[in-house]
Amino acid sequence: MSAALQATKTTKSRKHHVLPGFGLSLGFTIFWLSAVVLIPLTTLFFKTCQLGWPNFVKIVTDPEAIAAYKLSFGASFTAALINLFFGFLVAWVLGRYDFPFRKFFDSIVDLPFALPTAVAGISLAALYSDKGWIGHFLAPHNIKISYTPTGVYIALIFIGLPYVVRTIQPVLEDLEGQVEEAAESLGASRMQTFLRVLLPTLLPAAIAGFSLAFARALGEYGSVIFISNNLPFKGEIVPQLIVNELSNYDYPAATGLAVVMLVTSFVLLLLVNTIQRYASRHQEAR
Amino acid sequence: MSIEIQGVSKHIGKFTALDNVDLTVNEGELVALLGPSGSGKTTLLRIIAGLETADQGSIVIDGEQASKRARDRNVGFVFQHYALFRHMSVFENIAFGLRVRPWATRPKNAKIREIVLSLLKLVQLEGLEKRYPSQLSGGQRQRVALARALAIEPKVLLLDEPFGALDARVRQELRRWLRRLHDDLHMTSVFVTHDQEEALEVADRIVVMNHGKIEQIGTPQEVYDHPANPFVYNFLGRVNLFHGRVHNGTVSMGEIKVDSPAPSDQDNVPVVGYVRPHDITIAKSRNGKATIEAKIQHINPVGPIVRVELERLDDRQPIAAEITRDQYYSDSYTVGDLVYVTPTNVGVFLDYDPVI
Repeated sequence: MSAALQATKTTKSRKHHVLPGFGLSLGFTIFWLSAVVLIPLTTLFFKTCQLGWPNFVKIVTDPEAIAAYKLSFGASFTAALINLFFGFLVAWVLGRYDFPFRKFFDSIVDLPFALPTAVAGISLAALYSDKGWIGHFLAPHNIKISYTPTGVYIALIFIGLPYVVRTIQPVLEDLEGQVEEAAESLGASRMQTFLRVLLPTLLPAAIAGFSLAFARALGEYGSVIFISNNLPFKGEIVPQLIVNELSNYDYPAATGLAVVMLVTSFVLLLLVNTIQRYASRHQEAR
Repeated sequence: MSIEIQGVSKHIGKFTALDNVDLTVNEGELVALLGPSGSGKTTLLRIIAGLETADQGSIVIDGEQASKRARDRNVGFVFQHYALFRHMSVFENIAFGLRVRPWATRPKNAKIREIVLSLLKLVQLEGLEKRYPSQLSGGQRQRVALARALAIEPKVLLLDEPFGALDARVRQELRRWLRRLHDDLHMTSVFVTHDQEEALEVADRIVVMNHGKIEQIGTPQEVYDHPANPFVYNFLGRVNLFHGRVHNGTVSMGEIKVDSPAPSDQDNVPVVGYVRPHDITIAKSRNGKATIEAKIQHINPVGPIVRVELERLDDRQPIAAEITRDQYYSDSYTVGDLVYVTPTNVGVFLDYDPVI
């Protein structure tokens, strides 16, 4: 009796995991996260502290900086929204229909992942310039894309697309066909089935794809600088402004702007994650 | 409301899923479509629901040609894996069929609430309307699916292996409950199963299917006691095979002779006698009767009946017998005993290899 009691006690005090090495792997994970993510970010804050509060406020509220925030966040958000819509469409077609060269189109979606962003920027800029393949159709209508702020949107849409497609597609392919049949046998039209059954099921994945595309667009530098005019107040994104400060050897100013970007994106992503958690609150892991 | 299936055929590629099937389900009846996988039973059910279309033939529900699209058929369908809407509460799942109705026929919210709550009471899930499917057990989910199908006041109720995904105990409980529910509602219902025990216990009539064709239609007692062919014999429970020959209207299987009912026009042809384990009697002495000698290989005395596995002395074929506990204790059988076997109710068919 007492032996049995003791046995339960020991098992309680030392929680037994099925997989060995939990302590070691957790320790290594924390070390790795610190080395790769946390320590560099902390340095950023330390560097910014050298500025002092009044200087910091002056730098980050400079009109040029504010114009750059507007473009960066505005363009990233818009690009992510556009990607949400078209990425959903692409995922829908790739995930639900079988057609010739489906595999080919499927792998094309990943190109923006793999392509060096500078290459993407140069080719987009050439394509949409006044004499480019697409640009020369638009030029007579007085539409300019390359070397204008519009170009920023184009570049950000390009790099963000696969994030939306790749988060929605697996969930879409995983949907049971029977759920749609159930809705149909209950008298729902195709539109009602889509709006009431499919869309709510895909919503969490769609939000996740949106936030990934948004975050990726915020950090994008390589492709944008080739297609934008990079002019202050016009086509200048925050990363460009930071690079400018760096080339002036004004490290504290650069880190100050970086901190603003970091904190804002963190808050935004936190918000999106909260919405996503709310949308997926009843979905079990299958 | 009755269902008439007239000459329905369906091909999937080169595979014949249904081959000219005719079947009438009477009003208020609970019919089981029973067969092995690939027999076409689920395809037939889905064609009745309008989820699949037949290549030929027609479906008449309640005297009217069934509409083309499933959404217009007003048929309640319950899926094997529930197919509940994961993002909706139990209440919203059940209310779905009412909420998607066109505005003119859509009930008011208060009315929907009343209907849903009464259905929850019917399926014995009162108080769970705020739960989500992921918070329910398998049996509860299937009852929600049933309530959801009943909410649209369907003309007929179709259930595709409704208990297939549940564990044995819940399954037994639910199928008895379904039978009682059907006795209360009297809704024309068709359910698909591959479990003969389930079909025998629940259905008013059983339709035994194989290779896209109907092998036999009848009450559970009819199909169990008088199987129309070897396939039905084999599919509805364990059966012993006795090979023999027919001669002058008499079948001889070793010493045993049976009057041959069926293949009398042919003479001296190989036949097979089918005998259920409970139609085999065993005795320790011959008693002057024509018998088969066998040796006891194994005895399983657990449960209301005692299962005895025997081996014939002449051709070493196995025989399964079921005897009462009383006989088991009074005759005190042990493994290795020599016993004398007499089949009582023999079904004789021409020798043919039954395919399951």
